[in-house]
Amino acid sequence: MKHQFEPFWWSWFSAGGTLSALVLPVVMMIFGISVPFGWIDDPEYDKLKSLIAPVSSRILIFICISLSLLHWAHRFRFTLYDGLQLQHLNRSLAILCYGSAILISLFAGYVLWNF
Amino acid sequence: MQQQITLEIFRYNPDDKEGPAYKKYEVPFRKDWVILDALNHIKDRIDGTLSFRWSCRMGICGSCGMKVNGNPVLTCASFLEKLAPGPIRIEPLEYFPVIRDLVINMDDFMDNLKKVRSWIIHEKDDNLDEEYLQTPDQLSDYKQYSMCINCMLCYSACPVYGLEPGFMGPAVIALAQRYNMDSRDDGNKLRMDIMNAEGGIWHCTFVGDCSAVCPKNVDPAGAIQRYKLEGARAWWTRWLLPWGKE
Repeated sequence: MKHQFEPFWWSWFSAGGTLSALVLPVVMMIFGISVPFGWIDDPEYDKLKSLIAPVSSRILIFICISLSLLHWAHRFRFTLYDGLQLQHLNRSLAILCYGSAILISLFAGYVLWNF
Repeated sequence: MQQQITLEIFRYNPDDKEGPAYKKYEVPFRKDWVILDALNHIKDRIDGTLSFRWSCRMGICGSCGMKVNGNPVLTCASFLEKLAPGPIRIEPLEYFPVIRDLVINMDDFMDNLKKVRSWIIHEKDDNLDEEYLQTPDQLSDYKQYSMCINCMLCYSACPVYGLEPGFMGPAVIALAQRYNMDSRDDGNKLRMDIMNAEGGIWHCTFVGDCSAVCPKNVDPAGAIQRYKLEGARAWWTRWLLPWGKE
């Protein structure tokens, strides 16, 4: 059945959407606006590095990155599916979108682990 | 102030050999007239062959939905003045087969309404002597969804309904949710099986236009997202706790 795994992917999409809506604006506000404009002091590289040193911080960052990517994958899949009228490529689009989200997540995990 | 306004109306007669065409009509431009008044003026005074559905003239019956300048609206609630100086283009609701002129065929919707069992289902046989009491809080859970007047504007606004053959569409899902959330109803499981299957909630990509055009603020998009959450919960329960209760 075509929609058998839809609830599975939608769950990640939904979780990722909620999480990135909460986290990303804060990150963008701090590192994208406040620091460049000098509204807050530049957090030193070493200080930031020590902040993500604990395993719990790394796991948290990994969750944020991977869920945001899975959110993107689901949205992008349907953008291609409906927007470009690629209904006949449903399975390939799913593999391409979710596959790349999983691959990039794994890469992020690798980088975080070896930091 | 202008005296007349031009209406470009979609005309189609299945018995005519010529295909569909737009025909222009000049009608008096009156401040207190809605599109429906102008259509009735044409029907009564200019061209009696024009066909369209209407009944109550006050946004209750849901029969006068049409596309006006590309937007699905109730013609009894759209004033000429807001659309001046014209011309105003009037077409049948999008994505439906046209029977004639502005009259659409909504059999698909009626069939789906039956399929999702949009009525109260009791597990036990009805006991006619017993009252089914409901608190105001229980009523407010589903009241919003019960305001639907089946006007089909949400279908005409939904690009997925146009793209996916078999998709049940916004109003049917909102109405299924209306009965799911009714404390007197026991049909949730039955409806969930239909909603999780082909044609159900998973086609929706949350464009949200269905809720934007709804004249009764039913918010079908919200109903579908709530349904998806329940569907996802049922899915995870089935996979992680196969012995558990869905």
